[in-house]
Amino acid sequence: MMDILNILLSESFWAASLRIATPLIFGVLGALLCEKSGVLNLGIEGVFVAGAMSGWMAVWLGAGLWGGVLVAAGAGAFFGLIHALLTVPLGLSQHVSGLGVTLFATSVSYFTYRTALPNVSSPPRIEPFRALDIPVLSDLPFLGPVLFQQTALTWLALLMVVVIWYVLYRTPLGVAIQAVGDNPDSVDAQGLSVYGLRIGAVVAGSALMALGGAFLTMSAFDAFFFGMVNGRGWICIALVIFASWRPGKALLGALLFGAFDALQVRLQTEVGAVIPSQAFLAAPYVLSIIALVVAARRADYPRALLAPWFKGQR
Amino acid sequence: MTQTIVLSLKGLSKRFGSVVANDDVSLDLHQGEVLALLGENGAGKTTLMNMLFGHYLPDSGAIDVRNEIGAIEPLTLGHPQAALSAGIGMVHQHFTLAENLNALDNIVLGSEPLWRLRRDSAMARSKIEKIMSDTGLQVALDVPVGRLSVGERQRVEILKALYRDVRILVLDEPTAVLTPQEADTLFENIGAMTKRGLSVIFISHKLREVLAFSHRIAVLRHGVKVGEIATKDADERSIARMMVGADTPETQREDMTPGAPIMTLENVSVTGRSKRDSLTNVSFQVARHEILGVAGVSGNGQSALAGLISGLNIPSNGVFRIDGEAIAHGNPSAMIKAGVGRIPEDRHHDGIVGSMSVAENMVIERLNDPEVQSGGILKREAIAENAARLTEAYDVRGPGVSARARLLSGGNIQKLILARVFEQSPKLILANQPTRGLDMGAAAEVARRLLEARKQGAGVVLISEDLDELLGLSDRIMVIHDGELIEAFTRDREEIGLMMAGEYE
Amino acid sequence: MIRIEPRNAPSRALTLGIPVLSALIALALAAVPLMFAGANVATAYGEMFRGVFGSTFAFTEMLTRATPLIFTGLAAALAFRARLWNIGAEGQLYLGAMAAVAVGAGFLDVPAIVLVPTIILCGCAAGAAGMVASTALKTRFGADEVVTTLLLNFIILIFLQYMLEGPLQDPMGLGWPQSAPILDQGMLPPLMERMRVHSGLFIALFCAVVAQFMLTRSVWGFKLRAVGENAAAARHAGIPVNRTMMSVAIVSGALAGMAGVSEVAGLKGYLTADLSPGFGYTGIVVAMLAGLSPVGVVISALFIASVFVGADSMSRAMGVSSYLADLVVAMSLLCVLIGGFFARFRIARVASGKGEGA
Repeated sequence: MMDILNILLSESFWAASLRIATPLIFGVLGALLCEKSGVLNLGIEGVFVAGAMSGWMAVWLGAGLWGGVLVAAGAGAFFGLIHALLTVPLGLSQHVSGLGVTLFATSVSYFTYRTALPNVSSPPRIEPFRALDIPVLSDLPFLGPVLFQQTALTWLALLMVVVIWYVLYRTPLGVAIQAVGDNPDSVDAQGLSVYGLRIGAVVAGSALMALGGAFLTMSAFDAFFFGMVNGRGWICIALVIFASWRPGKALLGALLFGAFDALQVRLQTEVGAVIPSQAFLAAPYVLSIIALVVAARRADYPRALLAPWFKGQR
Repeated sequence: MTQTIVLSLKGLSKRFGSVVANDDVSLDLHQGEVLALLGENGAGKTTLMNMLFGHYLPDSGAIDVRNEIGAIEPLTLGHPQAALSAGIGMVHQHFTLAENLNALDNIVLGSEPLWRLRRDSAMARSKIEKIMSDTGLQVALDVPVGRLSVGERQRVEILKALYRDVRILVLDEPTAVLTPQEADTLFENIGAMTKRGLSVIFISHKLREVLAFSHRIAVLRHGVKVGEIATKDADERSIARMMVGADTPETQREDMTPGAPIMTLENVSVTGRSKRDSLTNVSFQVARHEILGVAGVSGNGQSALAGLISGLNIPSNGVFRIDGEAIAHGNPSAMIKAGVGRIPEDRHHDGIVGSMSVAENMVIERLNDPEVQSGGILKREAIAENAARLTEAYDVRGPGVSARARLLSGGNIQKLILARVFEQSPKLILANQPTRGLDMGAAAEVARRLLEARKQGAGVVLISEDLDELLGLSDRIMVIHDGELIEAFTRDREEIGLMMAGEYE
Repeated sequence: MIRIEPRNAPSRALTLGIPVLSALIALALAAVPLMFAGANVATAYGEMFRGVFGSTFAFTEMLTRATPLIFTGLAAALAFRARLWNIGAEGQLYLGAMAAVAVGAGFLDVPAIVLVPTIILCGCAAGAAGMVASTALKTRFGADEVVTTLLLNFIILIFLQYMLEGPLQDPMGLGWPQSAPILDQGMLPPLMERMRVHSGLFIALFCAVVAQFMLTRSVWGFKLRAVGENAAAARHAGIPVNRTMMSVAIVSGALAGMAGVSEVAGLKGYLTADLSPGFGYTGIVVAMLAGLSPVGVVISALFIASVFVGADSMSRAMGVSSYLADLVVAMSLLCVLIGGFFARFRIARVASGKGEGA
């Protein structure tokens, strides 16, 4: 028990938690934005891959790190637009369309990567985002290493939590997005465009998700690998339900998740001899399912989630 | 009253596929006037108003509106935004409210530029409060709409329109969900609003309120305007004849002595997700040869009662007997086996599987019957023959027994359900809003079948919001309010109305 | 101004034509990535065609590839018909394969007549168990089965690694993460000399025919369709919704498990962690392309298998990435989705007076 306590009190543990949570924060916020407007986006896994690949490739081709971030967001927006067009004006099954977008975005990314780099044995590297290392602040005890030695993308993720919260609860646009996810007729009757709001929310949400992917290749690692997203997108879908579609709780859920993941890596070195390493590898997925089971019954689903809406058919 | 015309509908027509919903309808509205748009279900009233409000695009015709400075301008058709900015507001029968937002947000929604960085709630609030005190439409602004009562939600809908400074307000069947007393209050508020220059169109099929509260009446039948009359010159008989084309047929109900009790409830409670779908300590009996009418404003526990008799809800305490047998863990198939026939309230949602065939829907409640299957394999010919026989006997019209059930009209879907239920000679029948949304012919057929079943010895529980229907068919009437049922012992509408509002001891 | 109107009943020509057209469009769209990769498009299509129909071997390779896709396609089609979103066929496939090697690789040394059915039964049961777990979480706790089946895929893959490095590892395998081979008498017999196509194909075809019959002609199929199309009405009519869901889950999971059995006992002989190149996920595309019809699944599995085998062979000949096949598969799914829209709705042009603009 002392070991666990030591881990929980260490700076490096909390710094790692935040680092692991960062892509999930982007992903959960993106999924939350889509679902708040009434659209489930199972394209998330593929959008993560597309964001990771395109962001990395832009940098590798010389676009600069922030250029890469923009390219990743653009790629996410593009695949989000496909999902939005299929599910909003055409009203097709959000489940199947989302899976289709995941397959499409993943295969486009893999094909592009392989076509650009046909014969490399080890993936080429880029110079990734560095820890910001803000003078004075980063020398603070505990908080310094945890908060102020993260990369700019982690800060962007935390900033986005505030931005999404503010937009949803404090601006007319956010109120309209919440309304369209609860009852599209309410928005239509007041002369706003249901399609416009939903397409906008899905495109913006997908751009956010793609940043989660970009974090993987441009901050957590410095190269692109096949299979590197490894279900993170699906975990985000479970976390949104766990978070009851609230940005603050979404951050909390992602952090808890990151903390647990960081803990299992550290525990593995302690008790690795007794418990097979795979048990630790499987832990995040098991944890997601548990979170889902705990949250599902009391979850406050957006009422119009999954329900297509057609103009003039009331 | 001034005779300034504020709105003219000119020759509006609309077809849906082969159905003509409106044919060349023209109508004028004067300033400060309450115009009642009267017609049966399916006469095209709502379609007409949806064209006015831009939800539907007319196939032909035009609309002129008087603008703020008094000039007559053509309205851009097919765009709610255009109708809104021309000063037209509509309160739909099905409320268009976001239940996760409070009343204030619902009212202000869409009136500010979307891209503004913050909302100006203080200004909006003071404007709404002024409207509320001017008109008497009071509502709590900071509570999520999902927690408001139906009457309050309707007030939010009206406030939504008034907030946008509408000069013309359309109300689609505004009293359908209100108690008689709430309805009176609503019309008082409307009176106050018209005094300030607002013009109102309200859609209704209730003769009484139309005569009591409008200045002028326009009647639609089969999508055509068949008459227009000043209310002071109208009487109930004349407008009823305009509405249905002939005098209303009276249902013939012969006297009958009730038999042995078929359903007994002793202190039965059902715990639902909210008070709206719960029952508390309900005790009553239904006998053979008896129709028990359950009156009440929707959302007072009717769904819990219907769920109990359908087998969807289980009683949390008390004794519930069908034909003497106590039902502890009811489920739909147990109820079917016990001889309960169920006509659900929402026939599209609970009554049929729309994408399965008419024939399949006719046998869906008896899949274990050896006439339908043997050894788990469906007897397709027997199923088709059964369907052919029943569509004939119950006059179910449509594209055939192998067509998808969703292609049938509402009245024919109801006949399909009647066929399925009555063919099993049930001992007890639950009829939940059985004529809602049906035309008069289909409604009369439902009534005839219920009376026939009563004659054959069935007990019937008839849940309805239509007091006229209940008074016409029931042997006894009980009133449901807030999850409790009380015997009415009266046929006086005023008294029953008070009981429905819970203001009667 | 344009508006969307529902068609009353989609015509037969549309229901049959749209999947075919979608598949062809997706195949034609492959020209874009081919050009992007700098390949001669005509030659590439020629190579793909030859890769499938150029020789008996090529053709039997396609049939071999189609076999697991028929199983996973059926698994998805039946589940989706009941609106049970089984996205976990990939994991269930591996559960089936693990069960197959657990009993077939020496644990039971009995004659073929006993061993083969035992392997099949155990594989199906293991696959079914995977789907039953997710379905129970759905019916008991309301946990969305899409997410749980997806996450279970990852958990099962990790469990597989553990098994292949532990209990199921081949003691003679020089430490490689692979299982011991299935006994000879436990293998599904091959169909042709020196070809890899095996009798799993017949089992798959048999399953498709039975599934079609059960879906359209049995009480079980009636209940399944009713629950899928309108669960509220089915419940009201006395059909036990949760029990029906559970029975569908068992059948769907068993079919996915059978895909694993067929791969390991029909083709490979032993189990490795790369047994399936995403057959479970591709099965969803197969099912959608088939309009969720069991017999249609056979045809669409043959098409998707042709795309994979053809693209593989083209890729070897021309050096274009074989991810092209995945691209075509993904595009067929999107195309058939859009096509399905046009089968159900028509776009009508509406003359409008002043309604233009916004």
